[in-house]
Amino acid sequence: MTILLQQLVLGVLIGGLYGLAAAGLSLIFGVMKVLNVAHGELIMLGGYGAFWLFALGGVDPFLALVLVIPAALVGGAILYWGLFGWVVRYHEETRVKNSLLIGFGLGLALHALAVQLWTADERSVTTAYGGNVLSVAGISIPVVRLLSLVVAFALIGGLHLLLARWRWGRAIRATADDWEAALMTGIDVRRAYLLAFALGTGLAGAAGTLVSVGYSVSPSIGLEWTLKALIVVVLAGLGSMLGTFVGGLVLGVAEACSAMAFGGPYREVVGLVIFFIVLVARPQGIFAK
Amino acid sequence: MSARVLGPAVVIVAGLALVPWFVRRDDVLNFLFLVLLFITLAQSWNVIAGYAGQVNLGHAAFFGLGALVTRTLWIAGTPVLLGMLAGAAVAVGFALIIGWAAFRLRGAYFAIGTLALAEICRITVGNVLAEISTLPQTTIAAYRLAHRYWLALALAALSVMAVALLAGSRLGLGMQAVREDEDAAAATGVGALRLKLIALVLSTALAGLAGGAFAYYHISFYPSHLFSPQWTFDAVLMTFIGGVGTLYGPILGAIFYVFFKEYLAIRWVDFHLLIFGALFVAIVLLLPGGLVEGMRKLRGLAEAAALIPDRRRPRPEHR
Repeated sequence: MTILLQQLVLGVLIGGLYGLAAAGLSLIFGVMKVLNVAHGELIMLGGYGAFWLFALGGVDPFLALVLVIPAALVGGAILYWGLFGWVVRYHEETRVKNSLLIGFGLGLALHALAVQLWTADERSVTTAYGGNVLSVAGISIPVVRLLSLVVAFALIGGLHLLLARWRWGRAIRATADDWEAALMTGIDVRRAYLLAFALGTGLAGAAGTLVSVGYSVSPSIGLEWTLKALIVVVLAGLGSMLGTFVGGLVLGVAEACSAMAFGGPYREVVGLVIFFIVLVARPQGIFAK
Repeated sequence: MSARVLGPAVVIVAGLALVPWFVRRDDVLNFLFLVLLFITLAQSWNVIAGYAGQVNLGHAAFFGLGALVTRTLWIAGTPVLLGMLAGAAVAVGFALIIGWAAFRLRGAYFAIGTLALAEICRITVGNVLAEISTLPQTTIAAYRLAHRYWLALALAALSVMAVALLAGSRLGLGMQAVREDEDAAAATGVGALRLKLIALVLSTALAGLAGGAFAYYHISFYPSHLFSPQWTFDAVLMTFIGGVGTLYGPILGAIFYVFFKEYLAIRWVDFHLLIFGALFVAIVLLLPGGLVEGMRKLRGLAEAAALIPDRRRPRPEHR
């Protein structure tokens, strides 16, 4: 029983990061109809940002968020101007197709670049409090992972407020609903795209920072995180950031259950099962409006 | 395929089949094997993405499943061709599960499903079969490179012929109609779901066979390597370099890619993936038709500039 609870707790803890990783991807996809499959590589870069800030400057990883997120926002804007802004000229189906291809190429290039710059070694940020563990009723909870979950939830909540209250947040949501109607009401749709893409990339940077604390980063983690984010996006559906977060938790718990039922090596298989069930039973996702 | 093309094609394949008798150098045969394997792989991706218009980002899954099944059965004593057929059947089986779920919907679902299948296969196979797969000593002693070469040649010829027959057929035209506009195609009575599934079966069967040939060829590899995203990227990149949705594109792309890759591997070992990634993105954005379209454009330009006298059309009068 304790083992079961322990696994479930660990599942929830990593699930929060799945949710955060998926939120950025979901925002970009929902607004621009552009699916950036290099999202995981952006997470990986964010992780390296936090790692080097800690290794060279001694910056605490949770403080590093204040630097990594703005850097990722700028990086996102550059990617939008240089690559993904080009595909929004096309109609929706071509947009999706071209963005998939561009993201795939970009992801491999970033992976190769990271191997060149930082070698293929696994790195992680080990702070002084990194080994601290909270014990509750025989279940141990790593403090940094718990803190990461809280930060992830706070970021998603902040994004939710931003989209609900901020002038441009509303413009982003209007663009996501119907860009032609948004254009007619005088919204600068291109700017809404740019903002959504930058925000999504900023979230990837934040997710990467948290991954580098509780887990580890290496050049090859990119596609794995893209995979998790994609499954959460399919599971949760588009349109609700909080729903996406819950979707992440569901995937984390489902993986933990799968690992216990069929053994650790098979924990990933559940992602494919979820994908299949959602597509057959509720293709718009659980939380889609 | 018209007789005008069929004649030269037969001559080329027959000529290539004679190569092992005249060329004794293993490096040349290995190189040609790779080109032929990659023609099959690229052509198989071309069927689903180029003709039916469905982007598959997990082609490695079908290559890998074909390879893994073939290798396992072959080492256990099954004749290799039978093993390859079984491998292709398994690849098609998985493809149908993903395709059945994803093709009824539009958008990115198929790409997500295939990507998920490939990554989950890679991670799970890496966990379960962590040990390197090496051929037994007796098999290595009896290893003949020429057999692998002929197998790859046969597969490349098969895949090119399949696409050539498909391109002009009712089936292939239907697929292209679905690619261009699924609603319009459906409105004219084209069964989009059925055509997409047929394209997927053909595509993944060829990918599974290519995987089987690789399992028969390569002496030792980690099973998870068979599912590496690199295989998908190779197929996608070669098809795009040559020209997606054309018969000759994947052939040109594969030849260009293998040559260029070997060249880069000698000069800049570490940077070739970076260069290819950038090249690929540039092609998608700037020259989506690849070399085939590029050559057509160049010829068009040349004709317009009257550098090539066009006999069919009188030259414009000078004013």
